[in-house]
Amino acid sequence: MLSQIETDFRDMLLIRRTEELILQLFTEGKVSGTTHTCIGQEANAIALISQLDPAIDFVMSNHRCHGHYLSFGCSLEGLLGEIMGRANGICGGRGGSQHLKSGNFFSNGVLGGGAAIACGLALGEKLKKQNGIAVWCLSDGALGEGVVYESLNMAALWNLPILFFVENNLYAQSTPIALGVAGSVVDRAKPFGIHADEIDTTDVEQLRPWCSEMIEYVRTNRKPAWAVVDTYRLAAHSKGDDNRPEEELARHREHDPLYLLRRRVSDACIENAEKWVEDVLAKAAEAAENSPASTMDGELS
Amino acid sequence: MKRVLDSLNEGFHRVMKERPEVVVIGQDILDPYGGAFKVTRGLSTDYPERVITSPISEAGITGVGIGLALQKFRPVVEVMFGDFTTLIVDQLINHGTKIYAMYGQRVPLPLTVRTPMGARRGYGPTHSQSLERLFMGVPGLNVVAVSPLVDPGELLTQVILSDGPSLFVENKTLYSHPLWSEESSIQGMKVTRSEDTFPSCTLSYGEEPDVTLVTYGGMTPICLKAAARLREEEELICDVVILHEISPFKVDAIGASLRKSRRMVVAEEGTYSWGWGAEVIARLSEYRFDAPPVRVAAREVPIPAARSMEDEVLPQVRDVVAAAIQTVDSDLR
Ligand SMILES: Cc1ncc(C[n+]2csc(CCOP(=O)(O)OP(=O)(O)O)c2C)c(N)n1
Ligand SMILES: [Mg+2]
Repeated sequence: MLSQIETDFRDMLLIRRTEELILQLFTEGKVSGTTHTCIGQEANAIALISQLDPAIDFVMSNHRCHGHYLSFGCSLEGLLGEIMGRANGICGGRGGSQHLKSGNFFSNGVLGGGAAIACGLALGEKLKKQNGIAVWCLSDGALGEGVVYESLNMAALWNLPILFFVENNLYAQSTPIALGVAGSVVDRAKPFGIHADEIDTTDVEQLRPWCSEMIEYVRTNRKPAWAVVDTYRLAAHSKGDDNRPEEELARHREHDPLYLLRRRVSDACIENAEKWVEDVLAKAAEAAENSPASTMDGELS
Repeated sequence: MKRVLDSLNEGFHRVMKERPEVVVIGQDILDPYGGAFKVTRGLSTDYPERVITSPISEAGITGVGIGLALQKFRPVVEVMFGDFTTLIVDQLINHGTKIYAMYGQRVPLPLTVRTPMGARRGYGPTHSQSLERLFMGVPGLNVVAVSPLVDPGELLTQVILSDGPSLFVENKTLYSHPLWSEESSIQGMKVTRSEDTFPSCTLSYGEEPDVTLVTYGGMTPICLKAAARLREEEELICDVVILHEISPFKVDAIGASLRKSRRMVVAEEGTYSWGWGAEVIARLSEYRFDAPPVRVAAREVPIPAARSMEDEVLPQVRDVVAAAIQTVDSDLR
């Protein structure tokens, strides 16, 4: 049995290696289109999304969705197949990197709109008198979209069990937060009467209990909450587009969530995790390689 | 005398009674007000849990509707004036219709957005438009428009019970129009309704038609008046074909009449360029025509508030009459 920290290390490593592989596939020209990795932000996905119950909860994620998807227990094979445009892709190749659906997990590459849809999912829970909650994932850039504020208003008015999960990584594509977001990120929800809290860490051991509290707040009180995690993405916005100063990146690399844990777990744990991840990833990659290219056959044609 | 509005309201009550998964969201829809145009009157009294009055957040409530549809409800979102559908374009195009069709397997998305469109009531430039064409041709989105010829309440029910996202267009002038859904003949014309879920109607004098008038929604009574005038004053016989599912649409009923008339006028209340009429003509271009088809539509200016100017800008009976004559004249030329 792995301890919590060992499991978290292994699962974060899987996200990291999966996205490194995805970037490599792009570099090699084996896949086309675009992708957004959460390299450096894995702890958020693990700490929050993996504490949800995929049988009753809903996740509405954004363009940077692979970590959320895997943390919700969705298929790795399905993800690689999807990005590689194979028939075994979780959406049969129609969605690609930023449009994933598996069970109660959804992602969409258009910023903002998911806020209202997550409110609808939460309203559904309320009308059915069920116990689930909806999580909407956003980062600082999406704060520019008006529908976010319509959604905060509705969530508060109607007491919706929705958790707004704000991964503030200080950038929207190339735009630093100072050029895109006025005022405070965490304070935005407060005038709506929405419970809001902020945590500034990439340490999964600190994030886990905090996320658990935020989830429990929404689940028990059947009310919205605004959970802001101050974080940083260590890789480019998408594939190679990064203009941030090297000193800044270097400073943040010291808070790489995997690096933090490596110093706390045993060498054997690291070795086992590396081995396990390598195996799982190799199998998934092989399954995708062996799957035929997607076609327009089927009910959606 | 039953009006289109009564039928819509009754249909709404019926479907909410029969289907507990129907939920209504909109602005000012609670009784005693009952909605800006009263289509939702009484619903909040009978089904208080399932009728939700909302803030003025069109994008927000459309998104909420999408989320509810994913939760297996059948949400009906009211947008108070069709002009405000500009605010829900992202929700319908980048979210609703995409969720319905981009995730590899069909994700049912039974969302209905209802809205009044149209002018002739002096509401001015931003409360009179027929903007439904912004949503035509969007893959996966059904656009359905009410006419007096097919029970509007039943049409609404069928839209609510369909599994994909739909825009349901109610032309404002029709609300007070008498219902013709039970009639087998109107103003001397025999009515044939197709068997489709969203029927096409063909109105015919039973004589070989000279011209086929094609229309939907609020232009229906206008085209019927034009047909009567053309017969009386010009001795021209028209068939009038009225569609209810306007995007995507079936050409069958239009084609059947056109095969006899070989001349066509397409009339709509929206603006002329890039309109519904253009698509109808394009789709039917493989039929044999004796004369170039003609479009009748609104002038391309903001719809004026003053009734005198509004009349000048909007398509009138005389415009349909002139267009029909034009197809015959160019024929003789
Ligand atoms: C409505 C909309 N506008 C613009 C874009 C293009 N775009 C994709 S990601 C992105 C930056 C998003 O920044 P943020 O919300 O902070 O998310 P992060 O990339 O930091 O995770 C932009 C501008 C988009 N996808 N959707
Ligand atoms: Mg960001």
